[in-house]
Amino acid sequence: MMMEPSGERRPPITPQLALRVALFGGVALALFAIVFFRLWYLQVLSGDKYLAQASSNRVRELRIQAPRGKIVDRTGKVIVRNRQAVVVELDPAKLPDAEREAAAEWGKKAGERAARPKGKRGDPVPYPPIATKALATRYRRLGAVVGKSAKQIHREVVRSLVLVPYSAIRIKTDVRESVLAYISERPARFPGVKVEKTYLRAYPHDQLAAQIVGTVNEISPEQLKDPRYRGVKQGTVIGSDGLERTYDRYLRGVDGVQRVQVDAFGRPVPNRALKREEPIAGQRLRLSLDLALQATGQRAVANVGGGRPGAFVALDPRDGQVLGMGSYPSFDPAVLTKPFTQERYEQLLGNGGVGPLFNRAISGRYPTGSTFKAVTALAGLEKGLITPGAVISDEGCIQVGEIERCNAKKQRYGAVDLSRALQVSSDIYFYKLGMNAYYNNGDRGDVVIQRYARKLGFGKPTGIDLPGEDSGVVPDKKWREERNRAEVECRKRKKISQSVNVFAAGAAGCGIADGRDYNLGDTVNIAIGQGDLQATPLQLAVAYAAIQNKGRVVVPHLGLEIERANGELVQRIERDPARRIKIDEEDRQSVAEGLRRAAGEPGGTSTDVFAGWPHGELPVFGKTGTAQTPKGDQSWYVAYVPAPKRPIVVAVTVERGGFGAETAAPIACRMLADFYDVESAGCARGESATQ
Amino acid sequence: MNEPPATRLPAGLRLPFDPLLALAAVGLMAASLVTLNASTSTDVPGDPHYYVTRQCVFFVVGTLLAIVLSRIDYSRLRELKYGIYALMIGGLLLVAVFGGVTRGSRRAIQLPFFEVQASELGKVLLVVALAGFVVDRSRRLGERDTTARLVLLAMLPAIFVMTSDLGSGLVYIAILLAVLFVAGVSWRHFAGLLTLGAVSVTLVLVAAPALGVTVLEKYQVERLTSFLEPSAVAGDAGYQQNQSRIAIGSGQKTGRGDRATQSPLNFLPEDRTDFAFAVVGERWGFAGAGLVLSLYALLVWRGLRILTVAKNLYGALIAGGIVAMLLFQVFINVGMNVGIMPITGIPLPLLSYGGSSVLSTLLAIGLLQSIYAQGRSAAATKRRSLPF
Repeated sequence: MMMEPSGERRPPITPQLALRVALFGGVALALFAIVFFRLWYLQVLSGDKYLAQASSNRVRELRIQAPRGKIVDRTGKVIVRNRQAVVVELDPAKLPDAEREAAAEWGKKAGERAARPKGKRGDPVPYPPIATKALATRYRRLGAVVGKSAKQIHREVVRSLVLVPYSAIRIKTDVRESVLAYISERPARFPGVKVEKTYLRAYPHDQLAAQIVGTVNEISPEQLKDPRYRGVKQGTVIGSDGLERTYDRYLRGVDGVQRVQVDAFGRPVPNRALKREEPIAGQRLRLSLDLALQATGQRAVANVGGGRPGAFVALDPRDGQVLGMGSYPSFDPAVLTKPFTQERYEQLLGNGGVGPLFNRAISGRYPTGSTFKAVTALAGLEKGLITPGAVISDEGCIQVGEIERCNAKKQRYGAVDLSRALQVSSDIYFYKLGMNAYYNNGDRGDVVIQRYARKLGFGKPTGIDLPGEDSGVVPDKKWREERNRAEVECRKRKKISQSVNVFAAGAAGCGIADGRDYNLGDTVNIAIGQGDLQATPLQLAVAYAAIQNKGRVVVPHLGLEIERANGELVQRIERDPARRIKIDEEDRQSVAEGLRRAAGEPGGTSTDVFAGWPHGELPVFGKTGTAQTPKGDQSWYVAYVPAPKRPIVVAVTVERGGFGAETAAPIACRMLADFYDVESAGCARGESATQ
Repeated sequence: MNEPPATRLPAGLRLPFDPLLALAAVGLMAASLVTLNASTSTDVPGDPHYYVTRQCVFFVVGTLLAIVLSRIDYSRLRELKYGIYALMIGGLLLVAVFGGVTRGSRRAIQLPFFEVQASELGKVLLVVALAGFVVDRSRRLGERDTTARLVLLAMLPAIFVMTSDLGSGLVYIAILLAVLFVAGVSWRHFAGLLTLGAVSVTLVLVAAPALGVTVLEKYQVERLTSFLEPSAVAGDAGYQQNQSRIAIGSGQKTGRGDRATQSPLNFLPEDRTDFAFAVVGERWGFAGAGLVLSLYALLVWRGLRILTVAKNLYGALIAGGIVAMLLFQVFINVGMNVGIMPITGIPLPLLSYGGSSVLSTLLAIGLLQSIYAQGRSAAATKRRSLPF
């Protein structure tokens, strides 16, 4: 430390002070170094990261909903379109904490109640009171505008907070435009209320094809994890059922993004540099469905069926295009686009899941009755168990094992060959064929008929482009053993004695099988489409299509093309090629002859139904079916018309519909008459006493 | 250390103040106005220059006071030490009784034009008074009794301030330590003080809460600890720290200029006072923040330099106290902005908006200039009196 002498009052700086000043300076230097280094680290080394954080701080992305694609029939008639609707929502973040806490408490109690077994739940958990007076005023004010009481709104808020705590609470879907204006102009009066435009699905033909088109919903947290919806953002509307689900990725479109700059309080601050991404509308789906035929089918099932549940399928036998498919009872799918009550939903679902939402055409499994005889016949012909010309004697009844079995109403047909047996639906002929098949195969006990049925597509899903298809049942020895094992397991699990009979076990919660082995009776039952054999209307249509088209087992499908909104083709929908099976042409023709005689010649089971039908130009090859079920006779009719340019195969069934000729055949007749513009056909209920 | 060249100039050209110190002060004042202009233009509707104008007035008043002070011989203040000490304590008491509450702490007396923060002005008063007491006992500096008395004298206002404003209280302690250090108090006393400090901190943070006595408010503890892991603290403190780091980091090398968003969109809290440095960092990047830091470094360097040229011990002690006061405030404030120091509400000298802070800082600089001028003239007198 070199200091000049600084006067008498001030001695030169001492070495001790010099040291301390140097230390002071050293500390200062170190502190500045630390800050400089830190600044360097933040700004130069990690600047990019913080720049990104700064921008995510201020940019909010708002989704712009993309309209879903339309669904049209084969001629372009619109089945499903969109319409804009105004929805009123509440922002859960703007609710007082007390309301959220009350909702959570209610949710907990309601959850505990639901966990208790049915019948022991006690009274429903009462809703909590509205948390604050100010909130009650808010609810009342909002309720006055949307036409609900404060209590109703409160309950919806509580339910929504419990189910989806952070989602906007939808108070009312589809309010008038004037409400939109009224609320948007008075944000201070309606704190936390958002009024937005959204697209809802609209169905110009109400109940038409209701079970096929399916439903849409906002993607749920579970669906977000589903690989099927990979890349879909939260809040997107997706197809969750039916065709909406199968072709979701075409119909969905891409939602746009509106980027808004906001300040720390969430208020928007204009910024032109932020780009808006326009939504891309979904593509249009063209179906193979013929809307006119569809309407006729649905009307006919409803009218002729007399209110009993039923279903129909119409296919193009050449390639499996679905021309019509319906299930009764039906519903207006528009009710599912808006919030609905639990009662309404349960009504749609039906007891045991067989309400209007249930698509009987692909999910309903029924015993097939005599419609299956065509399959039995082809199986017998292929194995040489019968020949087309071989005649048997039908005396009306026959002893099968220890049981005597008879034709319906013990009708006697005398000498019958194959086509006659099909024409009059002789059970005796097919019982004999069944016995023959059983004894020819020893106690392998199955194979011939079942194997042929499986080749034609029974016992497994047809592969149609709709979710929820049932596979039906083709019973054989192995199947019966599995069922028996399952019954034993079930009884063990539920501690039911293994010795009680199947009905008692059924009452106690088991009763899957009666424990007997596969036997002659099973094969004989299958031969006439009874017993444990079960199939969907679609499976029968596919099987008959294979008979018509000489052995092509088609994969039925509804989706035809993906198009732009203007109808321009984007792509044809790829589908699995038909499976080919070998059917001897002579065998096929003899079966076909039987089917033709059944519908078009005197004495045929459905001839009276087709009275007045131009059989010369448009021969109908049809088979009735009447399956005995505990609930009553299941009425069936399956037919094809091999018109060179527009062939068709139709399968119709009506639960408890009586004999095939009584309800199912007239429905099929009306559909065919509509399809071919035949006005002369009466399509009256058949008088035939046969199955 | 060598003499600055200024002293070698003929007497007529010799400046009555340290030009580098003045440069640092003027540079920081300019930086403050530019920064405030950018960050407060929309704060007061209809008056984009509200804060800039007011800060300007503070600067002008403060600079005038500093110039007056620099022309006076600071040594005379030694005689007034009791009065100054009483003024400081009285001011603090007045605030405690009549003061308005700002962000949870009672800090200021509302005057018609601006509010007086007694704790800000008290810092300078403490430096001047404490230095006077030290000089009085300069011949008994090695005694424990001396150290204890000085500690008591400084801790009285420090603890008083700490009850409402922890950060400013810490500045008082920093001043005390620096004055003792420059005075030459023995190392053993420092060791004893450190132990004492550690014990009392433990008592306050650990023992008192365990006994159910609230010494620090919950928000104060949160502020003090949030910098350790800002994102883990959901409360206000962690948020502020995060936003400040984002603001500074996003400035990168040269800053975002008018594209800055953190401060204009209010994500950055207190952007004209506690977090003014973050505004500099966001707008002008490493270049701007580095420049401001360099000006502070210049300030501190000149302060230390003036310490060594003081004509007497009193001057050296004042200079030491002032340098410690400035250095401590700069480090804590900038450290809090860059996320390495807790949030304590200490303003950044000259850069932060606020009359009391500006005035006390400029008074301190005026004192430094006075010490410089006195030291120079003493040296010059000596030289003139010598025969060549």
